[in-house]
Amino acid sequence: MSRLTLSGITVRYGGVKPLDDVSLAFESGVCGVIGPNGAGKTTTFNVLSGFALPVAGSVDLDGDDLLAVPAHRRARWGLRRSFQQEQVVRTLTARENVLLAAEHSGSPAADADRALDYVRLARPHRLGAELTMFERRLVDIASCVVGTPRLVLLDEPAAGLDPAESERLLGLITRIPEEVGALVLLVDHDMDLVRAACGTVAVLDFGRRIAAGPTLQVLSSPEVRKAYLGIDEEVTT
Amino acid sequence: MKQDFFSRTDVRGALVGLAVGLVLALGLPFLPGVGAGLALRTLTVCAIYALAAAGVGVLYGRLGLVSIMQIGLVAVGGWATLRIYHATHLPFEVVMVLAALVTAVVGVLVGLPALRLSGLSLAIVTLMVAGALEVLVTYAGFPNGGNGFLGRVSGGTLAVIMPRPGLGQSDDEFFRYVGVVVVVVLALLRWLLMVRPGRTWAAIRQGEAGAVSLGVNTVAHRLLALAVTSAVTGVAGALLAAGSGILDPASFKAQQSVLLFATVLIGGAFSLLGAVIGGLFFYGMPQLLSTVGLDGNLVFVVLGLGLVQAVTTAQAGIAGQLAELWRRLRPRLWPRPRREVTV
Repeated sequence: MSRLTLSGITVRYGGVKPLDDVSLAFESGVCGVIGPNGAGKTTTFNVLSGFALPVAGSVDLDGDDLLAVPAHRRARWGLRRSFQQEQVVRTLTARENVLLAAEHSGSPAADADRALDYVRLARPHRLGAELTMFERRLVDIASCVVGTPRLVLLDEPAAGLDPAESERLLGLITRIPEEVGALVLLVDHDMDLVRAACGTVAVLDFGRRIAAGPTLQVLSSPEVRKAYLGIDEEVTT
Repeated sequence: MKQDFFSRTDVRGALVGLAVGLVLALGLPFLPGVGAGLALRTLTVCAIYALAAAGVGVLYGRLGLVSIMQIGLVAVGGWATLRIYHATHLPFEVVMVLAALVTAVVGVLVGLPALRLSGLSLAIVTLMVAGALEVLVTYAGFPNGGNGFLGRVSGGTLAVIMPRPGLGQSDDEFFRYVGVVVVVVLALLRWLLMVRPGRTWAAIRQGEAGAVSLGVNTVAHRLLALAVTSAVTGVAGALLAAGSGILDPASFKAQQSVLLFATVLIGGAFSLLGAVIGGLFFYGMPQLLSTVGLDGNLVFVVLGLGLVQAVTTAQAGIAGQLAELWRRLRPRLWPRPRREVTV
């Protein structure tokens, strides 16, 4: 069982603090990070991937100090990430895309094929430019599970997909902790997806943590409904 | 599920390119009206500039970096070739490799401060480097057998010409020599694009953040790209020096680098065929214009129009249009049954 702890993380851009003394803890499984726009969700991911340097705080995964690892070494360390805007390289084939993730995370090429099998992408010799949006999302997921990941960050992985596709993606995401052995953090605005995928969620608002805990309990707490879901809205569970 | 290492179309394309290149390199001098004439000498220089164009094309097409200093680097390659030859009298092949290495080092050194730049900033910095290199070679001249570091003869001493390589003495032989070297270098470059560095460069072009999150050390891979493309460009300088045995600073003006970049966009920055077409336009077009009695400087007008056409309607350049044409024509020329696609 892996445990990720962010302690007192503060990120400052000039006078703005996208994250203000945020402490979060995630235990194995799929964990959600939710909150309104500007809450600091993506900044949290950026701290974990090394794109944002916190002015205070620490990040610990099973005893490793993540902030001490340079951004480009974190993949080798076991970090994988997808972005809101999928990053599939258009001029490379789907397989080459996943192969890149394998190579730069220090995994053998065979792992790329295993990852493609995991997402069951047909005809992986097609160029990134020829893939549908759903297939590109599959390539993203494949790149995230390649090798031996320890922490997988998914930033709105189902954006732009229809319900049937979202459903299939959901199945792939929820199997990651069990089959790949990584802790998965999921940022998404789709509450149905979050409810279905995440055992626990943390809620951010204006750069602060306002709630954390089991998903259903957190989503029905009055504070979260006020900050995020709108006070008048009924939360159906 | 076991996969082939490379996609089959990619390998086939590379092999066809290699075969066609070798046939052209060895066979063109046999064509009536081409052998041992102005046309052949022009084509020789066009083939040489295809290497410099390939350097520009890989940087732009694969990494999204606009480098406008390539002709300056050709000059560096030529200068290093003459300098090393007059100092050592080593066989040309050895001198060429050494000159390529020197050019790679220079390319990396001038590229270092520009590594964090991209887009217009990088274009302007590299153009200024091209200007600086133009001033340097104009001031220092190219070595011609004299003493000292600059190797210039003085007083009434006659300049020493570097002889052509043993295998390329006559114009016909030299064309074949250049052709084979160009094809081999382009084949190596093509191979590099198909393996890890090429894949990584493509990822950097797609997006820096995405590449870093895959674990790419973007600085190291940009440096590698600068080193490789500079080395290839250095080979062009070495071959130019070999052709005439002596070089003139007037051939390496900074504006030529702008012209080369334009011809690469017209030829196509996304394939090495585009580089070959770029080389033809870059050196062949002014020659063609003066052959029909027009001012060679009209090339700026002609290529300017071509550039407008390329950036507005054909982003992949002429090479891209040819590939598209081939993709449409092939099923009509060689209809074949659809293969079952295995999943």
